[in-house]
Amino acid sequence: MRELFKLTVVLTVICSLAATALALVYTITKEPIAYQQRLKMLRAIGAVQPDYDNEPDQEFVDITGSMPTGGSGAPARFYITKKGTTATGVVVVVSGVGYGGTIDVMLGLNPEGTITGIEVLRHSETPGLGAKITEEKFLQQFPSKNIKNTKWSLKKSGGDIDQISGATISPQAVVTAIQSGLTLFSDRRNEILPTN
Amino acid sequence: MGFYNELIKGIWRENPVFRIVLGICPTLAVSTQVSNGLGMGLAATFVLLGSNVIISLLRKTIPDQIRIPAFIVVISTFVTVVDLFMAAYTPALHERLGIFIPLIVVNCIILGRAEAFASKATVWMSMADALGMGAGFTLALTIISSIRELLGAGTLFGIQVMPSAFSPAVIMILPPGAFLTIGILLGFFNYLSRRRPS
Repeated sequence: MRELFKLTVVLTVICSLAATALALVYTITKEPIAYQQRLKMLRAIGAVQPDYDNEPDQEFVDITGSMPTGGSGAPARFYITKKGTTATGVVVVVSGVGYGGTIDVMLGLNPEGTITGIEVLRHSETPGLGAKITEEKFLQQFPSKNIKNTKWSLKKSGGDIDQISGATISPQAVVTAIQSGLTLFSDRRNEILPTN
Repeated sequence: MGFYNELIKGIWRENPVFRIVLGICPTLAVSTQVSNGLGMGLAATFVLLGSNVIISLLRKTIPDQIRIPAFIVVISTFVTVVDLFMAAYTPALHERLGIFIPLIVVNCIILGRAEAFASKATVWMSMADALGMGAGFTLALTIISSIRELLGAGTLFGIQVMPSAFSPAVIMILPPGAFLTIGILLGFFNYLSRRRPS
């Protein structure tokens, strides 16, 4: 019985010390981590829609209902970029299902719904093949396209989008994701940008 | 067995990856780029140093029956510390290493050194052991990831080093490339040590 008591006490003391140390480190790193995450978000927003002077991560509209492909039922969050009080565009994260899992794409649009920029935020595609969706060569074709002026499928399926040799599923997933984002924006534009 | 001896053994004679073949899971998974390999090696070294020192300090306090849970608590505390600090100050590396940072907890090298060395040795010697083993692990990861990045992407630390005519062998940065590289290196180091018996 005394033995059992000793074991319990030693393990409890060790665990309490560990918990204290972790609480301390958590307090120290909490703000830098939140700052880094915000920085990452703003950097991504700036890459697809650079024309703003507000804080777009603080101004957003959540659209529930028809979520772009791959959604978990969570609302699509449209970040509004503004210059002064005029909206210069919206930024939304859309996702599609690629070869290795979900692909998250950040989509920047101007108020008319034309693409200003595309950034792949997260993917697990095959390096050297599907992963080429992150390359400038593939992404640069999207700006100035919109839902009306483009056939949203790959060239080999009769669309307007340049494919990547050796990979079909990954670029197709990106295209589907973008298309669903564009459709959602044009369907619900009055709710997302009510003033203009 | 002096301090120097304990320090140096991890680098070659008892190199955790090439000689003892421990910690192969993270080695295979993160060695796609030199910066990942180096980062993983340094993170593991920090955990190893912290856990070896604490466990050596507590070696007379911790009863034998609960030593494994006690070691794991110490190790996972250091891993969480590394995880949080990397998320705060090296976010890009933290994102690339992803799940493999928390998985340092179950890296056999760390628990192995705690059990086989730090629980029986002085703090000073345990420190030497941790630094040596950490250096050996980091060195192994750096060698493997240099080869894979060089052949698989034509770059080192993300900088193009191969001539543009070189067409990268993508398989080297895919999982098979990890097995090929480690297999050939293990064979090579075995051959070396057989020619030079220690």
